Amino acid sequence: MARAVSTQRKAVNTALAWGVALLIAFPILWTFLTSFKPEPQAVASPPVWFGFDWTVRNYVDVQRQRDYFDYFWNSVVLALGSTALGLVIAIPAAWSMAFVPGAKTKDLLMWMLSTKMMPGVAVLVPIYLVFVWLGLLDTRIGLVVVLMLINLPIIVWMLYTYFREIPGEILEAARMDGASLGREILYVLTPMAIPGIASTVLLNIILAWNEAFWTIVLTTTNAAPLTKFISGFSSPQGLFYAKLSAASTMAIAPILIMGWFSQKQLVRGLTFGAVK
Amino acid sequence: MSTQASRSAARLMLSPAVLLLLVWMIVPLALTLWFSVQRYNLLTPDRSGFVWFANYAAFVTSPAFWLAILNTLLLVGGVLLITVTGGILIALLIDQPLWGQGVVRILVISPFFIMPPVAALIWKNMFFNPSNGLFAEALRGIGLAPFDFLGQAPLASIIVIVAWQWLPFATLILLTALQSLDSERLEAAEMDGANPWNRFRFIMLPHLARAITVVVLIQTIFLLGILVEILVTTNGGPGSESTTLTFLVYKEAILDSDVGTAAAGGVVAVILANIVAIFLMRAIGKNLDA
Repeated sequence: MARAVSTQRKAVNTALAWGVALLIAFPILWTFLTSFKPEPQAVASPPVWFGFDWTVRNYVDVQRQRDYFDYFWNSVVLALGSTALGLVIAIPAAWSMAFVPGAKTKDLLMWMLSTKMMPGVAVLVPIYLVFVWLGLLDTRIGLVVVLMLINLPIIVWMLYTYFREIPGEILEAARMDGASLGREILYVLTPMAIPGIASTVLLNIILAWNEAFWTIVLTTTNAAPLTKFISGFSSPQGLFYAKLSAASTMAIAPILIMGWFSQKQLVRGLTFGAVK
Repeated sequence: MSTQASRSAARLMLSPAVLLLLVWMIVPLALTLWFSVQRYNLLTPDRSGFVWFANYAAFVTSPAFWLAILNTLLLVGGVLLITVTGGILIALLIDQPLWGQGVVRILVISPFFIMPPVAALIWKNMFFNPSNGLFAEALRGIGLAPFDFLGQAPLASIIVIVAWQWLPFATLILLTALQSLDSERLEAAEMDGANPWNRFRFIMLPHLARAITVVVLIQTIFLLGILVEILVTTNGGPGSESTTLTFLVYKEAILDSDVGTAAAGGVVAVILANIVAIFLMRAIGKNLDA
């Protein structure tokens, strides 16, 4: 809707939009600011805005607790591991549905989507018990599998919508030239779909990183990611705001930055292609 | 290209994904159904056996049940109302010509990427805290007594937190839909003398209808499962004032160790989620043909 408007109106729009945007992002900006305050100034009344003694001590303190990096590393392993595993399983499935669609393809896609709607809490106890029986409780491999399964429908769906935009004739030509199916997918389809696959990976990492139900109930210490670390932060009651802010900033910064680059994919992935 | 060979290859390629999801769905569901008709309390493991529908009766007649249903409706309804209305208004605003649109978008979308426990803790401590939260400061600043938000209005406070988390999602999707609107139609309407309200009411709103439906349905699915935000802030209290259906099931299973009753509650939750799911599948399925 690029219509010519007066500079004056544009200025009003800009002021309004920036006001709303800053208000929405305020809790994050405030947390970021607080993470550089000495603890007493973090709870000062009235609040200190910028004129405080800037310090990075809170980050050093949080880091020095050492466990922080264990949690961070677990988050990385779970997000990357579940995404990689999901891709290996979803690429062939999406290829199949996009290029050799059958009468049941649409029903199958719908059914995959429906598995996403099972409330986690409803199957909490069975999954927990299965994890106990299999010795998977508080293991990274167990959580990688669970996170992969939770996001598998979204990965398949996203890849499916991207693959459908690739002309099937190109794949057919490769096959005529004698390429096996595995080579066709690995060397012809995958390179062409790299942008779509990258988008899928990005969104899946974000979803896996922020997943805060299974990662909290199925871990204690060994496999616990940042969601567990943060939710275990016992009520500070005004004493540790600065440290809480520093830990929060470290937990959300990597994914926040990735998120900014994934706005378009987010829409497509989370609406299952219904809004592009 | 659907030769016999490629068909069977396709089936082979599809099977790992399908089999895994099938197991992931059926095994826990079957176990939940089984537990829901059993006497199964981790505190009294020696007392077991079939109780048929006693667990369902216990869950549905527990004093917190109807309050939990009401709270669930209020939470989902309240968040939807705030995010859809706010989302439309903010999308309309951002869609206007303005300076720094990219940065504005980034600021608006940011809360969506904050993991739930961080969002809950930030709000709980730095905003809602009755002694040194920012809201208490603001109230003191205008000469009012501080208010214990999470103690006095727990559900409303949780609605604020969750709405803050989901407002970016609604805004982004509605903005995407708005940008796909043909600007010529708006210009034509403008030249025909339609005022801004009528342009919104008769051109934009119908165009946004599908995006709004999708926002409502997808958010409902996620909102029905909200747990961590409640766990971190109020733990369902005071009393059961901020207990939702999801939290009630969690409480039965984890805090009361009553697996049987929790499983019955889980089945109730599955049924409710499925009712929503049917509507969502229709809305998205229609779109597949287009």
